[in-house]
Amino acid sequence: MMRRWLLPLALIALLLGLWQVAASTGAIANALTLEDFLVPSPAEIAEALWENRGLLAENAWVTLKEILLGILCALVVGVGMAVLMHRWRLLRDAAYPLIVASQTIPIAVISPILLVWFGYGIGPKILVVALVCFFPITVNALDGLRSVDPEALKMMRSLDASRWQRFRRVEAPAALPSLFTGIKIAVVFSPIAAVFAEWVGADAGLGRLIQSDIAYYEVARQFAAVAVLSAMALILIGLTALAERRVVTWR
Amino acid sequence: MRQDTRMKPESPGSQTVEPPAVRRQAPADAISLRGVGHSYGELETLAGIDLEAPPHGVLGLVGPSGCGKSTLLELVCGLREPSAGSIAVGDAVAAEARLGRCAYMPQRDLLLPWYSAIDNAGLALRNQGMGRREARAAASGLFERFGLAGFAAARPDELSGGMRQRVAFLRTLIAGKPVLALDEPFAALDAITRAEMQEWLAAALRVDPRTVLLVTHDVEEALYLCDRVAVLSARPARIAAELASPRPRAEDRDTAVTDPEFVAVREEAMRVLREGSR
Repeated sequence: MMRRWLLPLALIALLLGLWQVAASTGAIANALTLEDFLVPSPAEIAEALWENRGLLAENAWVTLKEILLGILCALVVGVGMAVLMHRWRLLRDAAYPLIVASQTIPIAVISPILLVWFGYGIGPKILVVALVCFFPITVNALDGLRSVDPEALKMMRSLDASRWQRFRRVEAPAALPSLFTGIKIAVVFSPIAAVFAEWVGADAGLGRLIQSDIAYYEVARQFAAVAVLSAMALILIGLTALAERRVVTWR
Repeated sequence: MRQDTRMKPESPGSQTVEPPAVRRQAPADAISLRGVGHSYGELETLAGIDLEAPPHGVLGLVGPSGCGKSTLLELVCGLREPSAGSIAVGDAVAAEARLGRCAYMPQRDLLLPWYSAIDNAGLALRNQGMGRREARAAASGLFERFGLAGFAAARPDELSGGMRQRVAFLRTLIAGKPVLALDEPFAALDAITRAEMQEWLAAALRVDPRTVLLVTHDVEEALYLCDRVAVLSARPARIAAELASPRPRAEDRDTAVTDPEFVAVREEAMRVLREGSR
């Protein structure tokens, strides 16, 4: 317990301390021949965080909505696709290579197109997050469904299980650990996807705030926004792990 | 093994725990195979198999590994169709109909880790449309008498090998089918637990007779548990011999299996098996 929490926290404190000293004495700014305000210290970032708490919360909420709705869409479509591909071999053989191939198209190319088509609102951001999350969720869910022991299905057939009962009682639970692996990957990448989508063009969100802060040399607030984004991502990852432990109780 | 020592319901000599009848008037079907053959693509695994088991008869199948014993079991259960010949379980001939008559117990126990021991045992009842609570109630009385008292809520990975196998057998029995198809049910157990489980199964079948098809690679196990034992040859498997067991499911296993008559039949079976594996 101590090792797990105390050591990383001690390291963070140490790094923040070093950064504080280096920034407040102007050492970094001098080394990079920059103005002092371009290299904010952790204390200044904390101050910016507090002063701009309303603005940050407002934008963080937009980004959080994009992330959550994006993951939800990917989950519904991804799990649905995985189940259909598992059920119909023909569909799997036809669609699976396409799903893999679709991953070679950079999201950086798709995002501007979505911006042109759907505008600056939240819609295209949800779509970008969903596109990024779709692949790990679908592939892992399908892997999980295919990992089921065929002997267990024979046993279930012999014990009068219908196709639905075999799915409900054997295949679906067996696929859950693998599905959670997919969700965890999706959750890790979703904030990056949301910020990137905002970067391309948005009217609100943390990514949009960071972008405009760069333009206006609001460096301390920019760092504060990054801190909020990281905290949000960490909480989401933690909640996913918690949900996994509650759902997959047999591992 | 770790919990078995605490419970000891099956310790030799102590006739305290007699496994219960699940459905005393369980229907029984005869099994009949006529010229059954099976091939996986080019590979012929079974050829011209003729077998009969009367209602409530216990028929053993022994043979060299990989000879197709398990395939034969799946064929009877309606999990596969033969490429030649016909199979009847009672008056059920089509695979779907046979599937309704047979309860299949696979080689590994395959208890589902997301269900407790009692929910695993009641799977067939749930599949047949019974609610969770009713299925648990139906299984719980049997749990006590099957030497599983106190382990109803246990996760499968908390059970010893012998207990897992008992839950798996209970799951098969509770389905209420006329035919039980057991595929090497005790192969994964250590020698002592295996002997205990054989006695236990013999007692269970004395109380609740069913038509049983038992696949095993252990000749002694087959002759102790079954009325008749069919010895299969190597692939493509044929019936090399059919032997009647002198003392099927005798109460005292140790005496039964050292009985000279039993030993003679066992040696005969081993001889046929050795010849057939060549």
